[in-house]
Amino acid sequence: MSNANTNANANAPTPASSGRVAENRIIKAVANFLEWYGVPRLIITCFLLALLILAVIYRMDLGSLLGDSLKRVGMNGLLVLAMVPTITCGAGLNFGLPVGIICGLVGGVFSMSMNLTGFTGFFVAILLALPLSVIAGWLYAKLLEKVAGQEMMVGTYVGFSVVAGMAIFWLTAPIKNPSMIFAIGGQGLRYTLTLYDYYAGVLNNFLAFNIVIGNFAMTIPTGLLLFFGFFCVLMYLFFRSRTGLAMLAVGSNPEYAASSGINIRKMRYTGVIMSTVLGAIGIIVYAQSYGFLQLYNAPLYMAFPAIAAILIGGATLRKATISQVIIGSILFFTLLTTALPVVQTVLDGSEVGGGISEIARMIIQNGAILYALTRVGRR
Amino acid sequence: MPGTLFYNLHIRIRLVLRGEKAMSDSFVLELKGITKAYFGTTVLKDVNLSVRPGEIHALVGENGAGKSTLMNILFGMPVIHETGGFDGEVMLDGESVRIESPRRAMELGIGMVHQEFMLLPGFTITENIKLNREITRKNVVSRVLGAKMETLNVPAMRKDARAALEKLSLSVDEWAPVAGLPVGYKQFVEIAREIDKKNIKLLVFDEPTAVLTESEAEYLLDAMRRLAAEGIAILFITHRLDEVMSISHNITILRDGEIVAQMPKDEAKIERIAELMVGRKIERAKLPPRGFEPSDSEIALSISDLRVEMPGERVKGLNLRVRKGEILGIGGLAGHGKVGIANGVMGMYPAMGEVVKGGMDVPLNDSKAALQAQMAFVSEDRRGVGLLLDESIEMNIVLTSMQAQNKFLYKGPLNSLRLQNGKRIRSHALKMIKDLDIRCTGPMQLVRRLSGGNQQKVCIARAFTLEPEVLWVSEPTRGIDVGAKQLVLDLLVEFNRTHGMTVVMTSSELAELRKICDRIAIVYEGKVVGILPPDASDVEYGLMMAGKAGNVKEVG
Repeated sequence: MSNANTNANANAPTPASSGRVAENRIIKAVANFLEWYGVPRLIITCFLLALLILAVIYRMDLGSLLGDSLKRVGMNGLLVLAMVPTITCGAGLNFGLPVGIICGLVGGVFSMSMNLTGFTGFFVAILLALPLSVIAGWLYAKLLEKVAGQEMMVGTYVGFSVVAGMAIFWLTAPIKNPSMIFAIGGQGLRYTLTLYDYYAGVLNNFLAFNIVIGNFAMTIPTGLLLFFGFFCVLMYLFFRSRTGLAMLAVGSNPEYAASSGINIRKMRYTGVIMSTVLGAIGIIVYAQSYGFLQLYNAPLYMAFPAIAAILIGGATLRKATISQVIIGSILFFTLLTTALPVVQTVLDGSEVGGGISEIARMIIQNGAILYALTRVGRR
Repeated sequence: MPGTLFYNLHIRIRLVLRGEKAMSDSFVLELKGITKAYFGTTVLKDVNLSVRPGEIHALVGENGAGKSTLMNILFGMPVIHETGGFDGEVMLDGESVRIESPRRAMELGIGMVHQEFMLLPGFTITENIKLNREITRKNVVSRVLGAKMETLNVPAMRKDARAALEKLSLSVDEWAPVAGLPVGYKQFVEIAREIDKKNIKLLVFDEPTAVLTESEAEYLLDAMRRLAAEGIAILFITHRLDEVMSISHNITILRDGEIVAQMPKDEAKIERIAELMVGRKIERAKLPPRGFEPSDSEIALSISDLRVEMPGERVKGLNLRVRKGEILGIGGLAGHGKVGIANGVMGMYPAMGEVVKGGMDVPLNDSKAALQAQMAFVSEDRRGVGLLLDESIEMNIVLTSMQAQNKFLYKGPLNSLRLQNGKRIRSHALKMIKDLDIRCTGPMQLVRRLSGGNQQKVCIARAFTLEPEVLWVSEPTRGIDVGAKQLVLDLLVEFNRTHGMTVVMTSSELAELRKICDRIAIVYEGKVVGILPPDASDVEYGLMMAGKAGNVKEVG
């Protein structure tokens, strides 16, 4: 990019011919575009396009691929959105997202144990999770305040410890519903709880419809996308409110914030609590779409795809916008959903295919995180 | 070991040679025609300076006169080489030398006593003195693995340390850790470390008394005299003119990178030095008239016994009364607390004392309260405090006002959730850009992309948006180019004249204070020593800045 810039600058003062001028203009436009879109985003987009073209060449079911991708975007969207408040308030990426996820799971489990189904079950799960996640978020914020400057590393380990600690809770939870506890022993929640008789797919199926053109058919999970969209709009508005802008100032330059009479501590707490709450709601949305509540070690690595997605969307450790959340979710999760089947088809269903796409996922996900972390402090 | 013997012999020979040279009255250090420019700005111009063995040579000058650059050259600091080196010649003992690193300077026998202590607090005095020059003994391991593994010869090291401390007649145990020592003692440990180096020829003291109490300073000066008597040449950098008069043999005065005078002490007078230090012609353009003249009958702000804990700029019990509608300047040398005043009043650093504005107490340590008391602050730390570098110009301008005064928001039941009024923000930003002539591509441009002068204008726009009655401005022209400087100053005058804003401006550049202020308060050691009219003589300013004013003056 800088290369392109210098080219443009070096050529600018000597317009030898009109051809050169036009060339310069193009170079400049390309440079501007690259700067705006960002090289990492561009690479991922090209990779994704290549996969989709391959899918077309190999006559795969493009409709179901895209439909699945859309579903993935919707179910993970809130978890990605949960990164925005912590980044904005200056606590960096929320590696401690499992704190919120656990709260959501507790809500989901208790709603299930009350035998609630459909939207009732779904919303009761959220209602139960809300107070829990506010309290957990407050405690987590208190901890982060003590380790200011190292939020991300400490957050990672908080996430790990909370997940491990909650394993004890899952084992001893006072739940009697036989479909939820281990068949033998009469106590302890199962590893995976099936939501099919409860509230699986309530959002996905809400107002869902199919688009059929010839042999192209895809399902639009309207409710899921609406729910994600609703929260995006809420967050967008929040960051245009007085408090949202105060938070932005705290993350962008604490000294400026202090000199503007903003209570930095309060803003940090608000940001972390918001992120935790979004994490809790996010996992319930995820679970209803997936059809299962995954307990025990499952939440351990849940933060990483969300982090990778927002970074691919173009967010930095200091700044994230809602559009970056949406673009990042679409790019990253579409990539995840299409890579596996496409690679498998291309390699003719061999065993290697699954392995390769999994490797590609790991490289992209962790590569994005690594890339972002190496850019810390470059102002 | 033959090596050690050889080394000792070598030193003896040198000592003998040095003795001869001292008698022959030659120079230890000669700087010839030193010229240095940073990015096209000349900071040192044809500086010549020579010091004899046993001479205490004082180097005085205002902040920015070029003293530290000169010392950086003498010590071969990397900053000099990275910015293209310098012209001129450095001669030690009559030989031209190239000092390309601080290490080389040390080898050549140049020592430095720093303003901030460079000591390891957890180590003992001996360890600090002998660091990296330890005396060692061979042992079994070192015979196999080499000299790095030799055992420390602690008794010998202590003996050396003791000797160095005794030279300074300092009665402190050489095995005590540095951490708990009083400030004055640390300074002496630092000196002891330098004189323990056997080949030391020239010692540079960079404002050594700045952090000391009066009695400690007196003691230090005594030690310096003794060191000089032993034949060590001393370069003494200071602001305190009475110290200069009391111990130096020769005096060099630097101003704006040039030597304006060199004289033996006997021919010098404090007043003369002060005048030379400050002296430059001030053209005070005629300022626009105002409806009423500010006077003591209407006080905008009264500060009593203000103490501010701002590192490096402590305010120690300051009293100041700001008249309504005036432009009050606050001047003084760096480190004396002038910058701390605004920062303390505006709640940026812990402060104690009493600030009364319009009959109401303004709570300290509370930025919000200060803002709500109709005061605004343009910080000296533009990029650190003044701006959100990665946000737009318009956001930078309105955010403080939005947070502190709920302006630029749509109506709503909850103040904290009221949404920004984009239209109002845009129109205000456009007006500010026009009024302040901020050169930019538009109100959405990121502030990071602006030049220093335009960034400063954004800071001023931010403060102005608060519509303050009292505007605090710190170092408004630091780091911006000459044209922009004048614009910023004109802007402040305009605010003052057309909006009746009371302006308190802190600046290291006396010239610009004298250009636009009605009165100038000079701060020395955290207190106001006097208030001068802008047309007071250079002598008065120079003396006051050096803390030599007899009584606190007031001007009408």
